[in-house]
Amino acid sequence: MDQIKLSAHSLNLSFGEKQILKNINIDFIKNQVISLIGPSGCGKSTLLRSFNRMHDLSPDAHVKGTLKLDNLDLYDKNISVTEIRKRIGMVFQKPNPLPKSIYENLSYGLNIHEFPKNEIPDLIEKALKESYLWDEVKDELKKPAVKLSGGQQQRLCIARTVVLRPEVILMDEPCSALDPISTGKIEELIMSLKKDYTIVIVTHNMQQAQRISDKVAFMYLGEVIEFDSTENVFKNPQQELTRNYVGGHFG
Amino acid sequence: MSVRRRERTDRILKIIFKATGLATIALLGAIFFMLFYNSIAFFTHISPIDFFTGSQWNPESVNGTYSIFPLLASTGLVAFGSMFIAVPLGILTAAYISEFAPRKLQIVLKPVIEMLAAIPSVAIGFLGIVLIGPAIAKLFGIQNGLNALNGSILLAVMALPTIITIAEDAINAVPQTYKEASFALGANKWATLFKVTIPAALPGLIAAVMLGLGRALGETMTVLMATGNAAALPKGFLDSIRTITATIAIEMGEVPYQTTHYFALFAIAAVLFVITLVINLLGEYFANRFRKFHA
Repeated sequence: MDQIKLSAHSLNLSFGEKQILKNINIDFIKNQVISLIGPSGCGKSTLLRSFNRMHDLSPDAHVKGTLKLDNLDLYDKNISVTEIRKRIGMVFQKPNPLPKSIYENLSYGLNIHEFPKNEIPDLIEKALKESYLWDEVKDELKKPAVKLSGGQQQRLCIARTVVLRPEVILMDEPCSALDPISTGKIEELIMSLKKDYTIVIVTHNMQQAQRISDKVAFMYLGEVIEFDSTENVFKNPQQELTRNYVGGHFG
Repeated sequence: MSVRRRERTDRILKIIFKATGLATIALLGAIFFMLFYNSIAFFTHISPIDFFTGSQWNPESVNGTYSIFPLLASTGLVAFGSMFIAVPLGILTAAYISEFAPRKLQIVLKPVIEMLAAIPSVAIGFLGIVLIGPAIAKLFGIQNGLNALNGSILLAVMALPTIITIAEDAINAVPQTYKEASFALGANKWATLFKVTIPAALPGLIAAVMLGLGRALGETMTVLMATGNAAALPKGFLDSIRTITATIAIEMGEVPYQTTHYFALFAIAAVLFVITLVINLLGEYFANRFRKFHA
């Protein structure tokens, strides 16, 4: 049987009075790409960010329920959040390289997690190769990362995540700020990363969800309406809402 | 209104705005010219070598010795001392207000710190004479607490609101996305502050320090009151000193017009001007170097 890598059970999340996620129950299988789709404001990003505890930064966010990575309770008080974020990496909507050089963008995380100094250059080279960026930047690793194009920046952000060897990579609309060619490269990259990582991706692009994902979760108003294989969600949705959404009738 | 009249108003307004803009440049040029014109007059009397390398400022003596060195050393000493106190304190306070303080405290803290800048420098001078002076005298077991240390502490107090306000703005302006990137890689609050936020805010922080330093170098009244006014070469922070600014303020009122002494005061003012100019240019240079890492 497939191994469950990441899961949420009875997850309720609210910001102050406003409830954003309502009783979410979902399991993500290891080495799959899972797309979260749904109209804006339905809670996709909020769900994504609850896995690496990014909501810890907002004082009025309240998370209830059980989130697990393998058998590790992600909200256990004794678990260090930095360790969780090392094992669950994240790529953001807008490419957000740190205001440092290309090399330092990758060495930053390695230094934080105290990887042995002598291994760092090789790890960086490997991660850049895996992110299809090495050939483009190998001669200018000292250049400020912001000088790269948007697509290169986003691949750098993926490389920066990959270099820490996480188990899960969360991606929050990673292509929404990119042109079709850069998007194509990122999608190719996601497909190749699947063999090593479990990838959860939020996307507004239906074609992208169909191209890259093994499973798709359709969310609406803070609930998971349908969660099934990509083929079933798009070709044979069980719910009226899903059918309308993937059919382009609203959203 | 007819088209012609409107065009005329337009032209007149354009001239007025241009004039106000140029007036500032003219003012700067005039001050520059006045300082250097009079300084040149001074250097026809006294050689620049004696001026910079001598060790005594004693215009009242028979031969009149004019060396800027003890005054420059005094100014440098208090400015350095004040920055030594104010820079770490100011930047850490700014970081605390911006990144860590609960919102309620934040709302109180910022205006209170800015109010510190509203205290007249004379009042801060009082503080140096009645409070910090005696405290220093007692602490170090010396007769007189009016010295460079006293001046440094007071100048730090005066530079702090400038440094904190600008540094806080700089830290606050660091995009949330940088911090998110750092947190998402598993960095904690401290690593994020010291390795991402502060480096990203560096141009603004340099500007903050430069403006604080400018304030410390140019401040007159406080150092005049609290540093003991001894125009001798200081050996340390517990010596009485006299800065360039205090010297000009004390002596300008009594000096006979167009004597060597008179021109000498312009010469030391010109040196101070050059120093602050260089500091500003350096600050600008570093600010630009770090700015290129930002989108």
